[in-house]
Amino acid sequence: MKSLAELQAIKDRMKSKIVLREGTGEIRVVVGMATCGIAAGARPVLNAFVEEINAANLYEKVTVSQTGCIGFCQLEPIVEVFEAGKEKITYIKMTPDKVKEVVEKHLKGGNVVTEYTVAGAN
Amino acid sequence: MKELSLNILDITENSVKAKATLVEILLIENSDTLTITIKDNGTGMTDEVLEHVRNPFYTTRTTRKVGMGIPLFQFAAEQTGGNVTIMSKHFSAFPDDHGTTVTALFYKKHIDFTPLGDVVSTVTTLIQGHPNVDFLYEHKIGDNFVKLDTRELRAVLDDVPLDTFEILIWIKENLEEQYNSI
Repeated sequence: MKSLAELQAIKDRMKSKIVLREGTGEIRVVVGMATCGIAAGARPVLNAFVEEINAANLYEKVTVSQTGCIGFCQLEPIVEVFEAGKEKITYIKMTPDKVKEVVEKHLKGGNVVTEYTVAGAN
Repeated sequence: MKELSLNILDITENSVKAKATLVEILLIENSDTLTITIKDNGTGMTDEVLEHVRNPFYTTRTTRKVGMGIPLFQFAAEQTGGNVTIMSKHFSAFPDDHGTTVTALFYKKHIDFTPLGDVVSTVTTLIQGHPNVDFLYEHKIGDNFVKLDTRELRAVLDDVPLDTFEILIWIKENLEEQYNSI
């Protein structure tokens, strides 16, 4: 059973590197989680980002947060990527599979996956 | 919405936007019915807003948190023969005891009953997005129950944030183990 004692152990492990984990926040990934986003599948998309970013050891650099309606409900799930000094990238109609690619190529490799962006869809 | 757990996520986002510091998500299930209650200590709604909250076309800039959420939840309940009740106390009239409680009743044997779905994922998503809000999640199924209270976790964790990846995994696995042992 996942006990509170186990939680305590995680805490003790985390305490030592908490400064590290709060990270530099160079990149901010924001997932639209209003009614429109949730209905279109934003929940698994968000969870895929959380998992993939951790698996790729990018948690120092990338934070994942949630926001309300971005305003293009028909293009949900929408994900915005903010990076200091760069233009905002907006990914549309996201899926957990697309998330894997975005984490690998964009967040890790620095190359925007244009075909999934709002610009690429035009 | 494909799963009621997505409606729960959606309605609870309203509570968080209404500045709740504690949201209680209570599910009571027996062989015929499922009752979902989402109770918060947020700002609450005035009688005027409360009157219109079920109308999907009622939305103004100041009440933008309203919208399709409640109507969709209500639709899901009513199509099983159930209903949604909303009680709210606005902070202007109830400075010490404000908040909103949304209760939905579903008849599970109705052909149009939407399955609950991945409710564990809803709980972890809420905690990931709002690590400073407390959530009490309780699901009673007959004589058994599943429970998670972030206040208890916080007491163990001190200032380690709840949205730490390892903590979220612990929460997910803890809930899954509780469900599997029922």
